[in-house]
Order: sequence, then C-alpha cells, then structure tokens
Amino acid sequence: MPATAVDFFNKWAVDEIVVLDVSRTQQKREKFYEVISKLSEKCFVPLTVGGWITSTDEVRSLLRMGADKVSINTAAIERPALITECARIFGNQCVVVSMDAKKQAGGEYEVYSDRGRTPTGLSPISWAATVQELGAGEIFLNCIDHDGFRKGYDLELLRQVVDAVEIPVIAMGGVFTWDHLVEGVTIGGADAVAAANILHYTEHSTKKAKNYMREHGIDVR
Amino acid sequence: MIVVIDYEAGNLRSVMNALAAIGQPAVISGDPQVIGAASAIILPGVGAFGDCMASLRRQNLVEVLTQQVVVEKKPFLGICLGLQFLAERSLEHGEHQGLGWVKATVKKIETGDRQYRVPHIGWNTIELKESSPLFKGIAEEPVVYFVHSYHLVLEDDPEAVVTSTCMHGIEITASIQKNNIHAVQFHPEKSQQCGLKILENFATLIHGEDHAEEKTDSSPDHQGRAGGSERPVQAYQYHSLHAGHGG
Repeated sequence: MPATAVDFFNKWAVDEIVVLDVSRTQQKREKFYEVISKLSEKCFVPLTVGGWITSTDEVRSLLRMGADKVSINTAAIERPALITECARIFGNQCVVVSMDAKKQAGGEYEVYSDRGRTPTGLSPISWAATVQELGAGEIFLNCIDHDGFRKGYDLELLRQVVDAVEIPVIAMGGVFTWDHLVEGVTIGGADAVAAANILHYTEHSTKKAKNYMREHGIDVR
Repeated sequence: MIVVIDYEAGNLRSVMNALAAIGQPAVISGDPQVIGAASAIILPGVGAFGDCMASLRRQNLVEVLTQQVVVEKKPFLGICLGLQFLAERSLEHGEHQGLGWVKATVKKIETGDRQYRVPHIGWNTIELKESSPLFKGIAEEPVVYFVHSYHLVLEDDPEAVVTSTCMHGIEITASIQKNNIHAVQFHPEKSQQCGLKILENFATLIHGEDHAEEKTDSSPDHQGRAGGSERPVQAYQYHSLHAGHGG
C-alpha cells in the first residue's frame, strides 16, 4: 500500500491499518520495511504488520519501524511457543494471531497454513482457544473460501470462533457490500470487521461504510 | 525539547512520529543527562508491567524520572503502561511495585460480560470528568484508541484526579492528573486528529516555563502549577453517548 493511500485513510477516519507481506519469497523484504517505516510516519491509527514473522527479533524490528502489533499465522502453527515468547516480551496486545480456515467436504472447518495452501488438521475452534491460552491478544479470522468471492464473511465459522474465546475477534475476507460488514458484527459477533478491496477502491469508503453500520445500530467511531 | 523515555520496550516510534506531525521537537533517550535537560517527559509503553518496570530499574531510570518529575515538576505525560507505572502496585501476573507517584493499584479489567472482551482493544468514547489542559479544544465526545487488559484504580490520593473515563462493561480510568503529572490509558499517538490535539495540548505546558525558578519555589501552593500551567477555570463535563462495545 503506497504511503499516499494512508493520507486518505487518515482523512477518512479509518480505524486501523493492517499490512501483510504476501510475497512468496523474502527477496523484497527490505522494500517492505521501507513501506512500513513510511506508513508509520503518517499513520496515526494502529498499524498491524504481518507476513514472514518467525522470531521475536523480527517483531522487535517491526515495532521499531513503527508497527503497533504484529500478525502471526503460519509461524504460530509451526511453532506455537512463538506466540508466548512475543506476548511475554511485547505484551498480549501486540500479538495478533491470524487464522485462515476452509470448510471441508464434511461441513467441518479446518485451519490452513502457508497462505491457505496447507491443511493443518487443526479445528479453528480449538486453535483459537489454544492461541488465546498461549497469549494472543486478538484473532484475525479469514475464511479463505469466502475471500475474494464476494459472499461476505463466513458467519457460521465466525460465530463459532467468537464463542470459543474471550479475546477480540476481527473478521476478514469476502466483503463485497456494506451489509457484509453489518452482519459480521450483528450475526457473526465480531468485535471488529476488516475489508480490503471494497475499502481501497471506493471513494470515501470508510466513511460510507461506517455511516451504513451506524444506521444499522452498530456503535462505530 | 521533549524527551521520550527509552527503556527498550514498546513502540516509541509511533510517539515520535506523532510529535513530528505536530512539529514538536523530541528525542528518544534513556540517558539521565538528556532526561535531566528535558523540558518535558513522555513515558510511553506497551508490554507487561513487571518486565517493563524491571527494565526501568535496570537502566536506573526510576531515580532520574522521580527527580525530574516529582521533585522538579517537569510536565510529564504517561501513555498506557506509562500511566499504570504511576501506581504503587500492579496485580498483573503476580504483584509488582510501580513508581508509586499516585496512590493507586493496577487491576485486571473484569467485565463479567463476554460482550466486553479483554484485552480492551479498539476505539472508545471517553467521558471528560474534570478539566484538564490536555482536553482543551477537543471534541465533545472524544473517541480514542485503547489497548490494554489492566486498568488503574485510583485510591485515596487528595492531589490526584481522574480526568476522564470510558465504559467497557465497567468504568475504566482513561486519564488522570496529579499536578504536573498527566497520564492517559489510551494512545493519543494512535487516535488520529483527536490524539494529536491532546499531544499538542501537552506540549503547550512546556512553553513559558522556567525551571530554575520552579526549583527554588517548592512550597505546596505551587504544586500542580509547573510551568505556570494552571488548570483552566472552565470545567469540561460532557456526556458520553457510548453504547456498545469499544470497537
């Protein structure tokens, strides 16, 4: 995300920014660091950074660049102790565990790692409870069946995870209409809702989204 | 020059970026000499209370901070953990001793309602309880960004006041003031325009200040008026329309 986009986001009353390094290799990591540093200069809302985080040293570097929180996904699945290590040093509030889940043929859900490529055998409910136990402060929940398919959040999955933990759950993936945001909160029970393209490519998107949510009885900033 | 205290924890960059945005010269330092030369001090912080207090002690920052803030009465702003440090003790993972500048205890937020989740993360409306120079000229119902699991409970301290609170299932201390000591549980550096305004207001406490004079006059009458920053006469008492959970 270019730094100019952040100027708009500040004016549009965006509540939080999440930046994920989705590169398949780390060749452009330096460039990513540059983006984070630039972003943080003008980003007077919480900035969460994710992708390629496998150590507390990496977390420390990102925080020094201006990140407020880090989002850990595959690395947490491969080595759950990383969550606890980060929480102990930087506090629970700093550690967001991001989870990609997919509905299986039998109707049950499964957590996937590696950007949705590798099934892990974990159920989202038990994994959510585990990461809370290990010290995560928030959960980003992404239903990868829905992401990019404009169907809205997977409300069934969302509700299951929300009910399984005490920590805040943020819904991601699949938002195509403002109604999707509303149902994420009212039906899914999410504490916050996130979206990408619909917010990036709509003029004054966040203000419109929040007005719509407010009209539907949701307390938004 | 504002000194932002570096004790190798937390995200100092956000605070520095916000100070840069309001054109306020600031430096990050954990050096007692630099802190001694500061015109104002900001103590930010995120992390675990015990570890971070230990870090402050290890770097011999407790003495210099106490000298500069409590004795010399330089304008001080504690942010998040920087507010909680002011308490005598915290019950976060055991019991830990704080700076003890304010009679207070830091306790876990217990909302007793799953709708109000802990950590309390997100935007929430604050209700202004007492006039504070920090809130001069800000919106009637300021909405600011919180992220914490523990909160400060003020005890019987005649000089300290809770200047604002927020609701998250229970009433939470959002800011306190004790003379020249200001502290906020929320993150002004992450609260957009409203937060920047609060930092600007803090910076105005520096101007026109003469510490040499301040040092010679430490009579009780002058406590709380560091740098001539008397509290404004006007009382800020707004009603919060806060309803749902803080997000």
